[in-house]
Amino acid sequence: MAEYQNLFTRVQVEAPHYPGVPHDPKGVWSRGLKASANYWLGKIGDAQIGPFYLGSTGVISIICFIIAFEIVGLNMLASVNWNPLQFIKQLPWLALEPAAPQYGLRLPPLQHGGWHLMAGFFLTVSVLLWWVRTYMLARKLRMGTHTAWAFASAIWLFLVLGFIRPVLMGSWSEAVPFGIFAHLDWTAAFSLRYGNLLYNPFHALSIVFLYGSVLLFAMHAGTIMAVSRYGGEREVEQVLDRGTASERAALFWRWTMGFNATMESVHRWAWWFAVLCTLTGGIGILLTGTAVDNWYLWAVKHGVAPSYPATFDVLPDPALNSGGAQ
Amino acid sequence: MAMLSFERKYRIRGGTLVGGDLFDFWVGAFYVGFFGITAAFFALLGTALLVYGAAIGPTWNLWQISIAPPDLSYGLGLAPLHEGGIWQLVTICAVGAFVSWMLREVEICRKLGMGFHVPVAFGSAILAYVTLQVIRPLLLGAWGHAFPYGIYSHLDWVSNVAYQYLHFHYNPAHMVAVTFFFTTVLALALHGSLVLSALNPAKGEVVKGAEHENTFFRDNIGYSIGTLGIHRFGLLIAINAGVWSAICIVISGPFWTRSWTDWWAWWLNLPIWN
Repeated sequence: MAEYQNLFTRVQVEAPHYPGVPHDPKGVWSRGLKASANYWLGKIGDAQIGPFYLGSTGVISIICFIIAFEIVGLNMLASVNWNPLQFIKQLPWLALEPAAPQYGLRLPPLQHGGWHLMAGFFLTVSVLLWWVRTYMLARKLRMGTHTAWAFASAIWLFLVLGFIRPVLMGSWSEAVPFGIFAHLDWTAAFSLRYGNLLYNPFHALSIVFLYGSVLLFAMHAGTIMAVSRYGGEREVEQVLDRGTASERAALFWRWTMGFNATMESVHRWAWWFAVLCTLTGGIGILLTGTAVDNWYLWAVKHGVAPSYPATFDVLPDPALNSGGAQ
Repeated sequence: MAMLSFERKYRIRGGTLVGGDLFDFWVGAFYVGFFGITAAFFALLGTALLVYGAAIGPTWNLWQISIAPPDLSYGLGLAPLHEGGIWQLVTICAVGAFVSWMLREVEICRKLGMGFHVPVAFGSAILAYVTLQVIRPLLLGAWGHAFPYGIYSHLDWVSNVAYQYLHFHYNPAHMVAVTFFFTTVLALALHGSLVLSALNPAKGEVVKGAEHENTFFRDNIGYSIGTLGIHRFGLLIAINAGVWSAICIVISGPFWTRSWTDWWAWWLNLPIWN
């Protein structure tokens, strides 16, 4: 019984490292030659680590990421007066905040949001270059570019949060701060400011795809593990030449819920669920404050949420008095 | 009969947990079994109760229909049907249907000679549900602490409960759960993309296999977990998303009643800072 569950890889073969498929066309940079193996990693997945490919976009991307990371870290360190102990102690609370609202979309002084803007710039360049790298690698290996386009969906949400929405709102102050608790505070304040984001239908869709993706991965990964003793994890082979693993996997779901995906189509479901999570999430954020000012009132207006009696007196919106982006 | 071309040879008797051969049959594409009967019973009864609850409620607006648990004053007692009793029966039906469905999956696994990964993973989702609706209300002493069955009303419940602890994002188990949720979506995107990109290369290219998949990931991020490993890892993190969801809500109330922002004071009060 227990051996059917295949929870760990029990027999590991020690073989020479696989150097990888050659790039076509071969670029200026070549892949590293070094690779290592880790026994404990091999218990769960593949033991081989590397070889790694750097490439021009990879190098610049890594440099830009380090710059962004350092800007954030050094600003945090400066905020505790360069005291390393206080830095560690207060790290979860430390933040690099965006500019104050009065700067609008102008360039603020470094100490008042300039560093935030610069960190955001380098992080964005880093992410975009990593996208180019992902796309180019797929082309060099003569594969489809599905990973790059899924990545683009995540970048869409990232750009909406830090760039597109602040521009539409006319103020860099709308961007998310860098910091552990700071970005959680931003999220909570954002939801409260716009009348509870749970009433935002695109937020709801995004959560549906978030939970749906987790459900789908549990179903898919569980199914493949359950037929792994029939070689089910060799999915590409199973798509082209169906074996008993595919047949059992399909029948399991057919008998359970009356419907089954195929060995290929389940990955299309997976791709779309994951991609739509950030795609709809980005739409939801983009509409907030630009097209819709209060999601609760929006939901009442459209008859989807009930109108609750007012429990408190209506107070003036503090954002209207502080000169915040409106 | 809704049968796939290869299906007949797999439709054999046996593998049941309960009832022997009595319920060992199919209806259309569906396998029945003892737990198919119980799942159908609970699901139909629960749905009928929800419709009944909507009928005696104030609205047929699908978004606003809400079947609420009893008032806190009923504690852990049984409430009259129209004052939360429907909710109590629906909850019993839901747990009955979910557990039946899981055990039916076990029977199908046994019939097909498969591992039990899917029903185990489903178990973590059931755990999260039971924690929210049964365990936490039991620990808090009233069914009124559970969430109502309604599209928008359950969102209100989420908001209200979260703000009872001032800022729920500071709940450490919630942080872990969210991290598992996001990581699972990322891993699912990467896995789905990789398989599709191997199977669907540019026009005129031959289909690629595991060598290309591994090379793509080793080139890009320095490590490829492999075709088996990604499913082991994906299953693990997906199950953890459910388990940590259960943990994050069961500690809120029964084990921590103040603001979750205050919880982090232990870090600031560590003796190492002095």
